[in-house]
Amino acid sequence: MPLVLKLAARNLLYDKLRFAATVIGIVFSIVLVTVQLGLFVSFERTVTVMIDHAPADLWIVPLGTKCFEDPSLLDEANRYRALSIEGVSQVDPILISFAQWRMPNGGASPVLVIGSDLRVGGLLPWNLVEGGLDALSVPDSVAVDRTYADRLGVRGIGDAAEMRDRRAEVRAVTNGIRSFTTTPYVFTQLDRARAYTGTPRTKVTYLLVHLKPHADVERVRTQLQSVLTKAEVLTAAEFSSRSRSFWLFGTGAGAALFAGALLAMVVGSVVVAQTLYASTKEHLYEFATLRAIGSSGTYLHTVIIAQALLSAVAGFAIAFLIGLFVVRLTSDSALPVLMTPALTVILFLLTVVMCVISALSSILKVTRMDPAMVFSR
Amino acid sequence: MEARGVVKFLGEGAGKVQALKGVDLTLHSGELALLMGPSGSGKTTLLSVLGCILSPSEGVVRVCGKPTTNLGPEQLAKLRREHIGFVFQSYHLFPTLTALDNVRLALDVRGEHSGKAVKRSKDALARVGLAHKIHGYPRELSGGEQQRVAIARALVGDAAAILADEPTAALDSENGSSIMAMLSEVAKDPAHGVLVVTHDPRILPFASRIIRIEDGNIVGEETGLGAARTPVAKARSVAKT
Repeated sequence: MPLVLKLAARNLLYDKLRFAATVIGIVFSIVLVTVQLGLFVSFERTVTVMIDHAPADLWIVPLGTKCFEDPSLLDEANRYRALSIEGVSQVDPILISFAQWRMPNGGASPVLVIGSDLRVGGLLPWNLVEGGLDALSVPDSVAVDRTYADRLGVRGIGDAAEMRDRRAEVRAVTNGIRSFTTTPYVFTQLDRARAYTGTPRTKVTYLLVHLKPHADVERVRTQLQSVLTKAEVLTAAEFSSRSRSFWLFGTGAGAALFAGALLAMVVGSVVVAQTLYASTKEHLYEFATLRAIGSSGTYLHTVIIAQALLSAVAGFAIAFLIGLFVVRLTSDSALPVLMTPALTVILFLLTVVMCVISALSSILKVTRMDPAMVFSR
Repeated sequence: MEARGVVKFLGEGAGKVQALKGVDLTLHSGELALLMGPSGSGKTTLLSVLGCILSPSEGVVRVCGKPTTNLGPEQLAKLRREHIGFVFQSYHLFPTLTALDNVRLALDVRGEHSGKAVKRSKDALARVGLAHKIHGYPRELSGGEQQRVAIARALVGDAAAILADEPTAALDSENGSSIMAMLSEVAKDPAHGVLVVTHDPRILPFASRIIRIEDGNIVGEETGLGAARTPVAKARSVAKT
C-alpha cells in the first residue's frame, strides 16, 4: 500500500470513535439520498409504465394532454380519419378514466379504469399471475393487480365489486402493475369501461396508431395531424417525456425528491466536514512535520483527500447494504425504492464528491498552517 | 548553508518584534555547530530561517549556494526535502506509523516509493542502531530511540545540512550523550553539516564550533572541543588559528 494511503488510513483509524462518527454521518446521508433517488427512479418509471407497455407507433391524444392520466376525451370518429391515412395499419381506441370501486362490505376506493377493445388490441394487462386475457371477454370481468388486493377488498379470481352500480368481477390478476398515484388500475373491455365510468359511447381517451412496415413515421404523423381535430399526434417517447415532465416537475414531486436528496447531501457533508476537520486539527503537528521535512502541498492534500475517500468507501459500502435492504423491504409496496446499476454508480460518485467537498475545510487548514509550529512543541 | 544580514520580524502590529537583527552565519559541511543562547534570543527563529521554514524579512539565505530570496512555499519545501534534514525536540514522529515508515516518509515526500526507498530507510535505521526495531511504533520506543528514528529520518535523504532543535532536551544524560555522539558521527562525514540549537551545556564537548546568540544578534563564536573529532572542522580550526 502506498505510504500516503497508509498514513491516511492510520490517521483515520487513530480515533476509532471519530471514524465511526464520520462513517455514520456518511451512511445516514447516503441512505437518505438512496431512498430519495430510488423513489425518483421508481416514480419516473411508474409514471410512464402504461405508455411504455402500449404497443403504439404513434399516440393520438386530446389537445393539451399533460399526462397519461389526463381525463380529456377524444371523438372516436378520429379513429376512422386516422385509418384513412396511408401508412396506418391499425388504430386501437383506449379509455382511461377514474371510477369508484365499491366493495361488498360497503367500502369504496377510487380506481383508474383502463378499457381496451379486446378484439383489436390496445392497452392490455401484462404480468398476469392468475386468469388470462381471454377471461376479460366474459361479461363484467376485470383484471386488477395483486398489490392493491387489500385496497380493493379482493383476494383473487371470483371476487367482485361494483362501479356505477355495475358488477365488476375479478377474472385476471396481474403482478407489479403499480400506479405512482397509488390509485389502483382496473383493466377491462372498452364498452364496459365506458359503462363503469359513465363515458359516452362515442368518446375515447387515446388512439394507439400502428404503422405499416416501412411507413415514414414523420410523414404519417404530419398527415394525421392535418385530418384530426382537437387532437395531437405524439410518438411514445414524446408522450412519455411529457407525462414525466408533468408529474416530476409540473407537480413539484420531482423537485421535492431532489430537494430531499440535496438536503441529505448537505447534512452529510457538514457531518463529514466536521469530523475530518477535527481529525486534521488533531494531526496538525504531523502535517506541519510533513511540511517541515519538505512535503509539497499536493502531498498534504493527498493525505486528506485519501482520508476522505477511505471514509467515502467505508460509508458507501454500509449505505449500499442498507439501501439494498430498503429496496427489498419496499419491493411489494405501491411505490418501491429502486436501485439500478446506474443509480449505484451515481450514489458512489455522490458519496465521493460529498467527502471530497467535506475535505476542503481541512485542506484549507493545512494550506494555511505555519510549518514553523513544529518548533513550538 | 549561509545567512547574510538576516533580519526577521515576527508578529504584527503592536506585537511585532524583531527576532533577528542582521545575522551573518555559515554552516560548513563536516562540522557540528552549536547555536546557544538564552530563551527568546532568536535561536529557533534563526534555525527556522536557515531551514527555509521561515523567510527572512531582510537579508539573504543560501542553501548549497542557492539563494532562497523570493522563493514561494513550494520551492522552499523542495529545497528542504532535497538539502535539509530536521531533528526536533519532541521528535515529531507519526504515532500511527512504524519506525521504518516514519523514516520512509522523508523519501516518500520526495517521490521515492520503491523498494530501494525501503532499503535506504532500513540502512538509515541501522546506522542509528535501530535495525532491530524497524517495526516498532513510537509508543513502543524509548525517548532516546524515538530521537534516533528522527535522526534516521533526517539522514535518509542524504541532506547536506542537519538542523536539530534542542535534540537532547527531553532526554536523560545518557541518552542525550548518545544522541549527540550520533550527530557528531554524522558531522564527521564531509557531506553533512550539523547545526544544533541548544541550552544544554552537557553537549558542549561534541561541538566543533559554538555560536552564541543574544537578542537576535550573533554575539560570539568559539571553536569547540569537538573540532578535533571532525576532520573538516579540525582543518578549518587549524587554518583559523
